[in-house]
Parts: sequence; structure tokens; C-alpha cells
Amino acid sequence: MALYSEKVMEHFLHPKNVGIIEDADAVGEVGNARCGDIMKMYLKIENDIIEDVKFETFGCASAIASSSMATELIKGKPVSEAMGLTNKAVAEALDGLPDYKMHCSVLAEQAIKAAIEDYEKKEKGEQS
Amino acid sequence: MYIYADNAATTKMSPAAIQAMVECLEKTYENPSSFYMSAQRAKERLEQARGEIAALIGAEAREIIFTSGGSEADNQAILSAAAIGEKKGKKHIISSAFEHHAVLHTLNKLKKSGFEITLLPVHESGIVDVKELEAALREDTCLVTIMSVNNEIGTIQPIAQIGEVCRKHGVLFHTDAVQAVGHMPIDVKAQKIDMLSASAHKFHGAKGVGFLYARKGIALTNLIEGGAQERGKRAGTENLAGVVSMSIALRESVQSMEQTRQKLLPVRDYLIAGLSEIPHSALNGDQKERMYNNINFSFEGIEGESMLILLDQKGICASSGSACTSGALDPSHVLLAIGRVHDVAHGSLRLSIGEDIDYRQADYIIASVKEVVAHLRGFSPVWRDLQTGKRSYIL
Ligand SMILES: Cc1ncc(COP(=O)(O)O)c(C=O)c1O
Ligand SMILES: [Zn+2]
Repeated sequence: MALYSEKVMEHFLHPKNVGIIEDADAVGEVGNARCGDIMKMYLKIENDIIEDVKFETFGCASAIASSSMATELIKGKPVSEAMGLTNKAVAEALDGLPDYKMHCSVLAEQAIKAAIEDYEKKEKGEQS
Repeated sequence: MYIYADNAATTKMSPAAIQAMVECLEKTYENPSSFYMSAQRAKERLEQARGEIAALIGAEAREIIFTSGGSEADNQAILSAAAIGEKKGKKHIISSAFEHHAVLHTLNKLKKSGFEITLLPVHESGIVDVKELEAALREDTCLVTIMSVNNEIGTIQPIAQIGEVCRKHGVLFHTDAVQAVGHMPIDVKAQKIDMLSASAHKFHGAKGVGFLYARKGIALTNLIEGGAQERGKRAGTENLAGVVSMSIALRESVQSMEQTRQKLLPVRDYLIAGLSEIPHSALNGDQKERMYNNINFSFEGIEGESMLILLDQKGICASSGSACTSGALDPSHVLLAIGRVHDVAHGSLRLSIGEDIDYRQADYIIASVKEVVAHLRGFSPVWRDLQTGKRSYIL
């Protein structure tokens, strides 16, 4: 399959961290069925470290591979670092994506940001 | 296992067509427009192929113009009819919502130069309603262009009835028959077709060659200006080898048509029955008025491109109407036209089977699709929402 790099194919065929976390500390969902990609991220956070992450994705191979790679890149990292993850970094870690597929990797970045925002909202709620 | 189930995209060339093509390249390489005797042989070979092709669709040789394929034929037919109409002050064209882009984009171009375009609905069945078509005809309608068979969902349009209505009202009728020629009987006179587009590679001929049939008396507009080839209507040294392959492939396809239909129809229905067992799935387009080689399903909760790549890994070549296969944002306009919402249009699969398929392969396809759909649903947030009642099923 020349369309995708070997890395993309590896993450698409054997995605890492698929599934859900029942008692997640944060959940983020982005995309919609209209455009054809939906991503949902579940985070388990302890002492501001992402202890565990799982994802569910409805989408193309590039969306699924981006989700898988993004979860690998933030697992075990501080929340602040995860917040800085860019779609470019995800695409680079996958050895590149075809131009017209870049928007699929944007969703991975956005899903993580949405989950962390959810976490921060909850944190604030508990403090006040 | 390697199963080629994408015959609506293109077909494998017939060995006889390849052989004729090679022979032609080796022995009849002269330019048909040259004057020496050997070039006259090339010219004769060209005209022989034209005659054969014409006879196979009930036309006369002089009514056939060779083109680079279906797209060019569609463009030329529509632009010609528009030019004829414009001269008489008639600038209204009727077509359907699910035509091939070769037709729709040409119509869009005409729209920008002041033509009015009516795109008829194709309903959930994927079939144009002749009564609606007749009601849409106006004094200033200069062309009706409706495809014979839809390339994505394989639905067969009532071409003879449309031809009848158009002839009655004196309106030109063009049909994009790219998916029909060589696969179902065509008789342009009996079906009252004024113009018809065909493409060799859809019936086991070479790629990059096709033809336009235009009833005599219809003035064609050139897309390509230059030499006097094709009665001055399509310049450029002829693709003789390609044309020869087309005539051989068409003759073979027409001869074996009924046998192919009888063989493929039950396999098609076997595949439809097998895939229908997948929960929350649906066949796209009418099952009865449908090409004997087309199966098109939507599966709820998954996206088509990922399904295609997983099937490719299993040796199955298919296609999808998903946006992500083409880089577009919207899924197939054909599936939207038959009323599939975006959510399920993205999750579509088209199988267009070929003559060499057998039941063992059909079983393998059914098992593979079931496995792939279950796998993708296994981590689809949409599927989870459907299962937990947060979202309601469409299919
Ligand atoms: C219905 C229809 N029209 C037109 C075309 C274009 O034909 P070609 O590829 O020969 O230009 C195709 C093939 O893709 C088709 O299926
Ligand atoms: Zn995508």
C-alpha cells in the first residue's frame, strides 16, 4: 500500500491503546459523522501525569493511526506536555501523511486537548 | 487469495483484445491519414472496427466518433447539444442528481454560461421517474442526459421509456452508457437514443479509448481542433490499436452477455444475502433493477476507507463512497442522492464482481467483510453510542 507509510499501516492494523477507560478522569470527543472522522480520548491522570490513555475512533486509516500514535506520544507524560502535542508531531512520528490526510491528524491533537480541558474544568470544579 | 471486485472501476483486458492490439501495433503502425497502400490498410482496419462497433449497438458506422474514453464522449455530447440548443434560444437541460462527474461538471460549466439545469431526484431506489422527467420538460429544454446504469450502485434506468418521451417532445436524449455497453443489450434506434457515450476499459478493452454515438444529423461541436480525423469532429491521429481492442472486446462481451448475466446474477444475490446478515447494514439502490455485477452496502458505525484497506490486506479489491478515499469532505454524491445521510454514506462498500468469481470466493468475501466490520465497530465511538442508546440507528 503505497498511499501510507509503513508506520501508518502498523498503527492502523494494530492500533495501540484502543478501547475505553471506565473510570476516566477526563474524556474528550471531537469531529462529527458528517465529515467522516470522530475521535474520543479517555485519560487517567494522577499527579498531573497521564497514567493511562485509551481511544475510540470512527474514521479512515489515517485517523485511526493518528489516534494510536497520539496516545503513545502522551502516555506517561505530564499534562502540560500533552497539551502541547501538535498534529505535525503526530504526523512526523508516523513518517508523514498524504497532504489531503493531514486534517485527520488534526483531530487527534484536538481530541487530546478536549480531554485535558475536560480534566481542567473538573479540577477547578473540585477546588471551588 | 486475490479477488478483483472492482470491475465498475475498470476491467481486466480480454486476451483476444490484447492480441489484436499487439498485432495492430506491430503490423499496422502506419498513419491512417497517409496515402500509401499500407496506410490505407490502417484506415480500413479503423473503419472495419467502426462498422463492427456500430452494428453491435444498432447504429450506422458514420454515427460513431472515437474518443479518448467515456469522459470525453460525455463532454462532447453535452456541449454539442448545448450549442445546438443555444442557437435556437433553448438553454434548459435535464439530468439526474447522481450522474458521473464527467456529466455533472460539464453541466456546471454550462450553468455558468447561462444554462438552466434541472437535476431530477433519483429516489431511494436510485431510479429516475419517467413521469417526473416528462413533467420537467419545458419549451426551452434542449437536452435530457440520463445515465444508463449508475456506476456506484448499479441501478438501471428506464432508458427506452426516456427515449420515447424525449422523441415525442422533440428533445435530444443523451445517455452515459459507460457502465451498460457490453453488459446489457443496447439498440440505439429501438431505444430512441440520440447520443451515447461508451468506454472500452469497462468491457475488457484498453484504457484511454471510447466512443460517442451521435445520431446522424446531430451537429457535433469539437472539443479538440486540428486535423480532419473522425469526419472533422475529433482531431488527432487515431488510437488504432486501442480502437481495435475496443471492437474485439465489445464483440466478445456482447456475445457472452447473457451467459455472464446468468452466471453472475445468483452470485450477486448470494453476496447481497450474506452481507445483509450484518446487523444495521443496508443495500444501496434497488435490488431488482440493478446490474448483475453490482453490490453496494452501507454499514452503520464505521468508515469506508478503513474497511477498504483491511479488505485489501485480505486480497479483496473493492471501492467505497467514503469522502476519505478521495480526499473530499463530502461522501459520494450518489449515496447522498438516494437519501443516505452522511453518517452512513461514509460507511459504504461497492463490490463489482467479474466473470471469474465463484461461490468459494463469495463466501470468503462475506466472511471477510463481516470480520472487518466487527473489528472496526469494536472501537468506533459511533457504534458504542448506537449500542448504548445515546444515538439512534439509521439503518
Ligand atoms: C458512468 C461513467 N461515466 C463516465 C466514466 C468515465 O469514463 P473514462 O474513464 O473512460 O473517461 C465512467 C468511468 O469511470 C463511468 O463509470
Ligand atoms: Zn480521514
